[in-house]
Amino acid sequence: MIFADGETFRETRPLGVVGRGLRRAHLDGPLLLALVLTAGLGMIVLYSASGQDSGIVLKQSIRFGVSLLALFLVAQVPPHYLRLFAPWAYLGALLLLVGVLVTGDIGKGAQRWLDLGLIRFQPSEIMKLALPLAAAWYLHHRPLPPTLRSVLVLAMFVMVPTVLIGMQPDLGTALLIAASGIIVVLLAGMSARLIAVTSVIGIGAAPVLWMFMKDYQRQRVLTFLNPETDPLGAGYHIIQSNIAIGSGGVFGKGWNNGTQAQLEFLPERSTDFIFAVLGEEFGLLGILVLLGIYLFIIGRGLLIAAQAQNTFSRLLAGAISLTFFVYVFVNAGMVIGLLPVVGVPLPLVSYGGTSMVTLMAGFGILMSIQTNRKLLST
Amino acid sequence: MRLGGLQLKDHWREQQVFTNRLLAAGVVIVLLLMLLVLRLSFLQIVHHDHYRELSKGNRIRIEAVPPTRGLIFDRNGILLAENLPAYQLEMVPEQVEDPDATIESLHELGLVRAEDLPLVLEQVRKRRRFDSIPLRYRLAETEVARFAVQRPHFPGVDIRARLARHYPSGPLAVHAVGYVGAISQEDLRRIDDKAYSGTTHIGKIGIELALEDRLHGNVGHQQVLVNAQGRSLQTVTGVAPQPGQDVYLTLDAGLQDAAERVLAGSRGAAVAIDPHTGGVLALVSAPAYDPNDFGVGLTHSQFGALAGDKDKPLFNRALRGNYPPGSTIKPILALAALHYNTRIAQEELLCPGYFMLPGDDHRYRDWKKEGHGPINLSSSVEQSCDVYFYELALELGIDRMHEFMSWFGLGQPTGVDISGEKSGLMPSREWKRSAFSERSEQVWFPGETLITGIGQGFMLATPLQLAHATAALATRGKRFRPRLVQAIRDPLTGSIVHNPPVPLEPVPVSNPAYWDAVIASMTDVVHGERGTATAIGRGIDYRIAGKTGTAQVFSIGQEDEYDAEEVDERLRHHALFVAFAPVDRPEIALAILIENAGSGASAAAPAARTMLDAWFAGPGEGVVTARGTMP
Repeated sequence: MIFADGETFRETRPLGVVGRGLRRAHLDGPLLLALVLTAGLGMIVLYSASGQDSGIVLKQSIRFGVSLLALFLVAQVPPHYLRLFAPWAYLGALLLLVGVLVTGDIGKGAQRWLDLGLIRFQPSEIMKLALPLAAAWYLHHRPLPPTLRSVLVLAMFVMVPTVLIGMQPDLGTALLIAASGIIVVLLAGMSARLIAVTSVIGIGAAPVLWMFMKDYQRQRVLTFLNPETDPLGAGYHIIQSNIAIGSGGVFGKGWNNGTQAQLEFLPERSTDFIFAVLGEEFGLLGILVLLGIYLFIIGRGLLIAAQAQNTFSRLLAGAISLTFFVYVFVNAGMVIGLLPVVGVPLPLVSYGGTSMVTLMAGFGILMSIQTNRKLLST
Repeated sequence: MRLGGLQLKDHWREQQVFTNRLLAAGVVIVLLLMLLVLRLSFLQIVHHDHYRELSKGNRIRIEAVPPTRGLIFDRNGILLAENLPAYQLEMVPEQVEDPDATIESLHELGLVRAEDLPLVLEQVRKRRRFDSIPLRYRLAETEVARFAVQRPHFPGVDIRARLARHYPSGPLAVHAVGYVGAISQEDLRRIDDKAYSGTTHIGKIGIELALEDRLHGNVGHQQVLVNAQGRSLQTVTGVAPQPGQDVYLTLDAGLQDAAERVLAGSRGAAVAIDPHTGGVLALVSAPAYDPNDFGVGLTHSQFGALAGDKDKPLFNRALRGNYPPGSTIKPILALAALHYNTRIAQEELLCPGYFMLPGDDHRYRDWKKEGHGPINLSSSVEQSCDVYFYELALELGIDRMHEFMSWFGLGQPTGVDISGEKSGLMPSREWKRSAFSERSEQVWFPGETLITGIGQGFMLATPLQLAHATAALATRGKRFRPRLVQAIRDPLTGSIVHNPPVPLEPVPVSNPAYWDAVIASMTDVVHGERGTATAIGRGIDYRIAGKTGTAQVFSIGQEDEYDAEEVDERLRHHALFVAFAPVDRPEIALAILIENAGSGASAAAPAARTMLDAWFAGPGEGVVTARGTMP
């Protein structure tokens, strides 16, 4: 046997100069273009959302530059190194999460930040990549679909960081991280019957989760169910963002002309609710364009997953792409009133946070997987 | 393809399963995106008109209107803190061709401070272009004039008057009144930011901090009609802010002023209390500083100079200075000896100028080397004989001394209504056991009882505590919590709510003869033949009961002489004096401490006389009511 964990393939069409250059740099052209396009669109919206603050846009573009660098660096690491590194990344991220609970800095009443003097970061960001890495690593050598035993082990992989982040308390991130782990298990081929049983247990566990929620988290769920009950408090976000999006109509009010955003009726308009600014100023068309680019990014990611040559790469690529979709859906769903308000930014568009670096590092992994396939010489 | 049989089978199946799952995921994604688009169409197409109307209704912006801060008066209605229009330099960026260059030339004119530049430039970038941005708070009149000349060259820059806190008497009573400063990150954590929207300054210390809730008032709102860019077009309606409440202090500005003048140039503190209410009539800590500086925002160098000053003007000595009380506590100990029946007032003993514990050749010396000769309780207070009190303390023992002095509030916070007070130290056996880690140091020694008898050793008290204890002597045991707030006035209705005196546990000495004996001995200190402070009793038309104190700052060797000329200025004795007057109908009790000033009789007692004279002269007579700002 020559290729223990992969199969060879033949490029369907020959690469041009640009294509060869990108491949040598371990970059994926279409994906990179779509990412830059999203970030560019995001900055246009951000300029308006921040009240024409070019300083904020500058900061955001610096952040995007750093994220691109992270993407590039991660893309240079071949997948089998990532696999060796996966369990340690997971353990390290777990230790940091424990550390943040013990010594964490208090930001907005929650302990999420770890202060290392020079840099402050959220260990939960590392976990966003470390968990799918570890789950894919665990399944890599095991026969698929996973046995019940494997599923239970993976459930522990998911539970521990989820509970730790939930205790910070950062419910939104906890659920997203849980999703990234669950996606790996689902992609690995967990049987339909098992999925059904777990769903029933999950629904049964909801009241328990409710018990562990902080007051403000419960309030968010209650407000989601009926925003009008609290028009000046938690419901204010949803009401104002619905007005912003609804009043935008099909074509929008025009750039820098959204009254909801410019008159500061819309809370958190540069960060979690920036999607509403897009909807107000660029209308349904603007939203469709952004969702279209997102869909392209996800599609490209799934294609990379489908073409990947071993279990680890496949599961990882699939999980990263689908998690990205979950981010988009949860943020958009929250802003338009389909989901409760959880603090999840709109990927590549919302201002600030270390999340952009993590996100782009994830795409770096995708590109590494895509460009490290073993070619059959033509 | 060259793949092994078994692997091929597994691999093929896994790939199949995975691809199926990816397809399923794709379907789910498309379905969910359709759900999003469905909801969006519902909002943006079906209900577009409804939401458009709602957003039009949102053309009214609510702006906060900060309340006017309450005024602070002394007991006679003399203004201590007010709000004055202050001139500030403001710029509207959209009316200026090149904001950065404009700010630069204003800086060259000396109108924008170098250290404010980064902040100002950031504001210009951050705020909306039609918002007026403050470039400089509180311009001096000369600066206003300088700008007025240059004004034609600066379109879009103008001077506006806004209300700012002003203390008309400058540093007068600053350690009681306190000051306001810009709201800091720390302040933001404890205040309700809604209630403070529009407010820029907040009480930082003293009454300004303690009564922040009353002084601040309630924020108002105005509804402003704005265009799509947020530019205010007109004010529609609003809720007027409720001004903060005015505070009347128990302080007497005249007395305060007299005390500050007498302490000017030295380091020290003076506290005067109305013994029948606990009202603080004067609270002085010298040196002081001008609170007006804090409203403008001190520069780093200014604050550095103030904080690094070796005389510590920011330190509130009256409240936070822990000093050895020295002989000022002798009257209380004399009362303790009578109460516990360890001494009879008339009983005489011989003072040879030193005292020795049995079995120890250490000489505990009297301040008077040759001794006081035959002496009794009354004359020992009058002449401040140390030997009498060494013996008295030994008979009482530290436990009873601790108990009795605690009844006068020593060793515990008085509970005055401004924060930061220190509790002093009234030592006891338990205290020593917990305060020291070495076993050998945890034992209480008889020698320590002796020196506690003259207010030295471990014992510490704040000037406020000494004034409070002296007030309790004046009232023969009745005690009231010291307070600065006399009344609070609602500026809208004019109604005044008085702050009633808070009685504390009285001193349980019931025999009036004991009080008479001690108060008589204190009267002799000033008016007796051999009293330590008879110098201040000359040419006086009222009677003072007092006690001098001279507290050692460092210990002198067994055979050495203390010579004020020779020791370093910072190691000289602290001078203390406590007093109340008039003796038969006490109106005022006070404590004065002057650091490193030598003897209490020569330095502190005359200061007390000046204060008492000012008090009995009454308000407005021979006393400046407001001194204006410091030059």
